[in-house]
Amino acid sequence: MIPPFVVDNSPALMVIVPFVAAFIAPFAGRAAPAVRALVVGGAMAITSAITLILASDVYAHGTRLYVFGAQAATLAVPPDSGGIPVRIMFTVDPMSALMLVITAISAFAVVLYSLTSERHHSGLGSYYTLFLLMVTGILGMVSTGDIFNFFVFLEILSIASAGLIAFRIDGGVAVEAAIKYFVLSTIGALAILFAIGIYYGEYNALNMALIAQRIQFTLLDQLALVLIIAALAMKCGAVPMHFWTPDAYSMAPSSITALLVVASQASLYGLFRTVFSLYNITLNAACVGWLIIILGVLSMVVGVTMAIPQKNVKRLMAYHAISQTGYMLLGVGVGLAVLGNQPLLDAFGYMAMEGGIFHIINHAMYKGLLFLTAGAIFFRIGTYDLNRMGGLGHSMKWTMVFFIIGALAIAGIPPFNGFASKLMIYESVFAFNPVLSVIAMVVSILTLASFVKVFHSIFMGPVLPEYRDVREVPGPMLAGMGILALVVIVFGLFPSVVVETLVAPAAHALADQGMYIAAVIGGGA
Amino acid sequence: MVFFNLPYVAVVVLTLIGLATIVLKRNLIKIFLGITILESAVNLFLVSLGYREGGIAPIYTNAPEGLMVLPTPQALTLTSIVIGVATTALLLSFAIIIWKKYGSIEIGFLRRLKE
Amino acid sequence: MDLLLTLDTGAGFWNPVFWVLGAAVAGVIALLLYSLGEKGYKKGTAQEAPFLSGNPEPEKGLVHVRSGNLYWGFLDAMEGYYRRLVPLHTGDLHDYVLWYMGMTALFLVVVVVFR
Repeated sequence: MIPPFVVDNSPALMVIVPFVAAFIAPFAGRAAPAVRALVVGGAMAITSAITLILASDVYAHGTRLYVFGAQAATLAVPPDSGGIPVRIMFTVDPMSALMLVITAISAFAVVLYSLTSERHHSGLGSYYTLFLLMVTGILGMVSTGDIFNFFVFLEILSIASAGLIAFRIDGGVAVEAAIKYFVLSTIGALAILFAIGIYYGEYNALNMALIAQRIQFTLLDQLALVLIIAALAMKCGAVPMHFWTPDAYSMAPSSITALLVVASQASLYGLFRTVFSLYNITLNAACVGWLIIILGVLSMVVGVTMAIPQKNVKRLMAYHAISQTGYMLLGVGVGLAVLGNQPLLDAFGYMAMEGGIFHIINHAMYKGLLFLTAGAIFFRIGTYDLNRMGGLGHSMKWTMVFFIIGALAIAGIPPFNGFASKLMIYESVFAFNPVLSVIAMVVSILTLASFVKVFHSIFMGPVLPEYRDVREVPGPMLAGMGILALVVIVFGLFPSVVVETLVAPAAHALADQGMYIAAVIGGGA
Repeated sequence: MVFFNLPYVAVVVLTLIGLATIVLKRNLIKIFLGITILESAVNLFLVSLGYREGGIAPIYTNAPEGLMVLPTPQALTLTSIVIGVATTALLLSFAIIIWKKYGSIEIGFLRRLKE
Repeated sequence: MDLLLTLDTGAGFWNPVFWVLGAAVAGVIALLLYSLGEKGYKKGTAQEAPFLSGNPEPEKGLVHVRSGNLYWGFLDAMEGYYRRLVPLHTGDLHDYVLWYMGMTALFLVVVVVFR
């Protein structure tokens, strides 16, 4: 059914297709906007399809290698190289595959949405160019097996994101947000590049598996670890380095914000990949684990408490995004803290990691959905100010339904997907340290409280005179939100299936450094 | 020994100058200059990692006898420089828009988004 | 995977399918209770109007409780916390960079000391 050529070359194709389409889009727009819509929508559909094909292949047959420029795509170590992987390669293991699934679903929903929501704006040629470059960056970041290549994709992602955050100049305020994001992200990326230089100087390697095999945890390695952890924690918006997040999320166009959430998750993936696959048990797992747990707890608490007094709906949701990132850091951090202690890992460590990773995919879906509903409201009434909203439930019924689904999912109300992952985090973290679990529950309650307020002030109340003529948003936008809402519901109703097929392999692949090294260098397996 | 480590000393000095510029100057252009200096520090670090005493450039045409240097660090540096150009161009174009819309590029004025 | 699709969470379990069935039963009961309500009111009379102690009904826009007025009590009770937390979000680029650098330094100290 699927041509073998596509399956064999899927890691390269999924990056090439959006990359090429990004530079075709502006020319297609010269012919007619409809042609551009066709090119962009088609390219994104193909990319998502290839990505899902690759992910399903990885889940079925284990880690996939794709070595660029080698005789055979799986020939990681050329026979005459003395056992050293010299080429740039993509190493797609189940954890990467999980991120690929997230990106494929979110990006497709977002493109469907923005083809309609951005229709009346100018400069769409560059909008879609940057959009597709963002998708390229995310897909490359989560699948690369070469640490310098990771940096390159990270920079593609940051530059494209910064351009898109500033896209609606908005009297300069959006540009201000973009400057704040981009200055921090550039400094962070340079820190990562410095760390890469350290690895290269010490181990003569850029391949992550080879570095992982040779790593000693010397003082220089510790410096490199800290540079990477701090930079990626900043890029995923962990408190107290979160200040750019509400600025950037609130000023970017809503469809882009939904994708920025995925971009932040990609940084989170990089953080986990570094800690687990590069260092694993060579580092003091308890110390770094607790560092990540504390970051997570701070993010949860500060994020949600800062969200409550917000007046701008997207700023509010951005603070909730910070708070939800805290759950992932908490879950995976607990897994890291007990790494190397097999009984504890089996008792609750894997469960905590699965909870944290499950939360990544859930969060990308419901937070994307919430940002898209915020965009739909802006599309009709032209403001994000909660104080000026009210009574929209009478006219925008579908948007309201999607908002309810997203809000209940983020607050962890059964039977939506947020509940399943939060339950896994609560129970496993309770076994590790009850206090952390209690904090997580309180944060969840505050999240619910905050979204009750948002729901009331946007949708409840009588029809306001100024919004008497508001209509529902057009079909394609609803379809974009509908895809994400459907995923939220399905994941909520069948969490056991998702955990067993998608999440548990990812968690085990992340924790098992030996498997990652063996997949590239051979040896053990 | 000191002479051999001189490039790394320069890297540290440049890094410190870059960071200090970023956190002490309040003019956007100067902050961007700081980022560029930081970038140069990292590039210098990468390229000095690739230095091997007595090595020859890996150009196979008419190559003299001897050990060739692996060109990976140079390739990394080139890539990093290209990315740096894109970064600087984007940052400067932001500065132009801020200058037009806010009438100033002092970061004290860039505080419309807060809390 | 088992047929009942129960998610094992280590200490407990979670089965959304049963939960939905339970919720559906509860919904049916709620609907039954709702259908027992008073139906014999007269449409288009004062029986439909909200009871406001005899005062005239205000404009629609005035009735809606705007978001700024919600959770006033919570914010007031937590004022000590918010007074310290909110001003940290200065919107100043220097503070953003300094927080990031400070955290990097802190991480370095922690990781090196407890290695």
